[in-house]
Amino acid sequence: MTGDPGLMTVLLAMFAGAIRVSTPFLFVSLGEMLTEKSGRINLGLEGTLVFGAMSAYAISYHTGSPWLGVLVAGICGSAFGALHGYLCKLPKVNDIAIGISLMLFGTGLAFFFGKAYIQPSAPRLPSISFGGWSDHPGIRQALEINPLFLLGIALAIFLWWGLKNTRYGLIVRTTGDSAPAALALGINVNRVRLLATMAGGFFAGIGGSFLSLYYPGSWTEGLSSGQGLMAVALVIFARWHPIHCFWAALLFGAAGALGPALQSIGISRGYHFFNAAPYILTLFIMIVSTSPRRSLKGAPGELSITK
Amino acid sequence: MSKFQLSRRSLLQSSAAGLTLLSSAGLSRLAHAGDLTVGIVYVGPRDDFGWNQAHAVAAAALKDVPGVTVVEEENVPETIAVQKSMESMINLDGANLIFATSFGYYKPFVLDLAAKYPDVEFRHAAPLWTEGDPKNAGSYFGYLDQAHYVDGVAAGLSTTSNKLGFVAAKPIGTVLRNINSFLLGARKVNPDATVQVIFTGEWSMPVREAEAANALVDAGCDVLTCHVDGPKVVIETAESRGIKCCGHNASQAPLAPKGFITGAEYKWETIYKMFAADLAEGKALPNFTGGGFDKDFVRNTPYGAGATEKAIAAADAARADVKAGKPIFVGPINKQDGTPLLAAGESFDNYEPSLDQTDYLIEGVSGSIT
Repeated sequence: MTGDPGLMTVLLAMFAGAIRVSTPFLFVSLGEMLTEKSGRINLGLEGTLVFGAMSAYAISYHTGSPWLGVLVAGICGSAFGALHGYLCKLPKVNDIAIGISLMLFGTGLAFFFGKAYIQPSAPRLPSISFGGWSDHPGIRQALEINPLFLLGIALAIFLWWGLKNTRYGLIVRTTGDSAPAALALGINVNRVRLLATMAGGFFAGIGGSFLSLYYPGSWTEGLSSGQGLMAVALVIFARWHPIHCFWAALLFGAAGALGPALQSIGISRGYHFFNAAPYILTLFIMIVSTSPRRSLKGAPGELSITK
Repeated sequence: MSKFQLSRRSLLQSSAAGLTLLSSAGLSRLAHAGDLTVGIVYVGPRDDFGWNQAHAVAAAALKDVPGVTVVEEENVPETIAVQKSMESMINLDGANLIFATSFGYYKPFVLDLAAKYPDVEFRHAAPLWTEGDPKNAGSYFGYLDQAHYVDGVAAGLSTTSNKLGFVAAKPIGTVLRNINSFLLGARKVNPDATVQVIFTGEWSMPVREAEAANALVDAGCDVLTCHVDGPKVVIETAESRGIKCCGHNASQAPLAPKGFITGAEYKWETIYKMFAADLAEGKALPNFTGGGFDKDFVRNTPYGAGATEKAIAAADAARADVKAGKPIFVGPINKQDGTPLLAAGESFDNYEPSLDQTDYLIEGVSGSIT
């Protein structure tokens, strides 16, 4: 840290990268966390993310309002969530299989409708400058923060508080931990799960809108590169805790920035390894956080993978 | 996935057939359909502002040639999927000339099919064909490094920090050659210029390309260019960070209204039309076709707002020189590790075969291949 420009550049780039790249991770993982808290896994959020990115870009292009695009992305996301929630309600339907099919469906549908929007340029989301106090251009750039990032932090805190302290939070947690107990309490389990999946889809759609409307900020078919899937792994890493989801998203963002940052200061040997950092991290986390002897600490009891 | 693609294809085919039948002009066209059917396979979307778009623009130009029918399929991965796509073009559409436009299509897919269908001509867009490969296969290539050299000249006169940034996909020969030529162009007019490379490892990875572009700007680069399939993200990031940029593959000028200097573009339609004309006349296609400015296979994007008058004059002069055959690689040039590539007084011809196998970066470029 002592004035070494190379190390400073890398640390700054990782800090900036954490803020820039983490927002989609944050929204998708919060959405997935909420869905899993209610006892279902929605693997389709990758498709929701891509469709959200496409729809946000399209709406922003047609109306000129990126914020309307964000809203529509969320609504589309909750429609996918509703489809997942409805299908999983049917007897003998596996939520993971439905999730995978919805992932392919969402991606394919986004590619189909998105063809017309690869070329045009849509208005993008603005950012708020928090770096006015610094003379360092790198720090100023790093502190150009998108309001969605702040919204994500607020959402994480709200979910943490809400799940812990409110009646609705208790209902969701009960449904996720023991469906028979919830039934005994007179809770409509399927409706709770439907709503939780819809809310999760809403968040994932917003995460997608960040990709196309802010960073990297355009709609292309290769936009997501698996963020939606990594976010699902991230939920397990975060132990279904909203605040931990936030830290985990930051960590994944920083890991993604590591490869390019190291190359920019001339440490480029083995860049394939550094570029793979987020994926290696995912794999590592999955290995470390599992044990054959117990189910995961903090895991909702109703999840089909823990039952 | 392949099922999905097949159904999408057949949907496109049936709707195209329906349209043709609807128009009476189409009927006369059907009579000609036996003349030449060209199948084109793309690895990504046709409108990616990059590699695939450059081919698709040429395919659109080819459609205007009388007697030529064009069938296209996009988003075909470099796997057995491309073999299925090409076979269905041959068997269902009657394609007699196939353009396989992505690097990884060649081995083994194009080679296998060329052996299986000796009456169909296969041409692949990278200089990979060698003696001993099937005679009905071949390579065509535009030497884009000539256009990158001209970009480099303009970029060398546009930088104040003398640091140029290059976002590259994979360290293969053509990419490395473009990077080297870009530096040589910059060094020709600005001996202090250096090029900083970041490899993303993938042809298309938007988030990492944006990260790489940001990292280069943070490291002090004030002109960016790239060699990835779709340069949209790199160019937009450069523009939003307020620096200048040079394009790649197709025109990205509309994406950077303030900072765009110029770009290195392919002009595939020259080759495609040439092949179509050859087949129409019954001539055999060459197994290897390559060229640069001299054959009109590459071009530079019209100058944008980022180009100064000085840069424009120097770049125009450099292009005229290359077109006249003046060499780009003029010694003394050392490789990155200090071993000499060319001594003072030596030079490579612009079509020197060993440059096709470039596996080094030259001194002045920072960044590692491995």
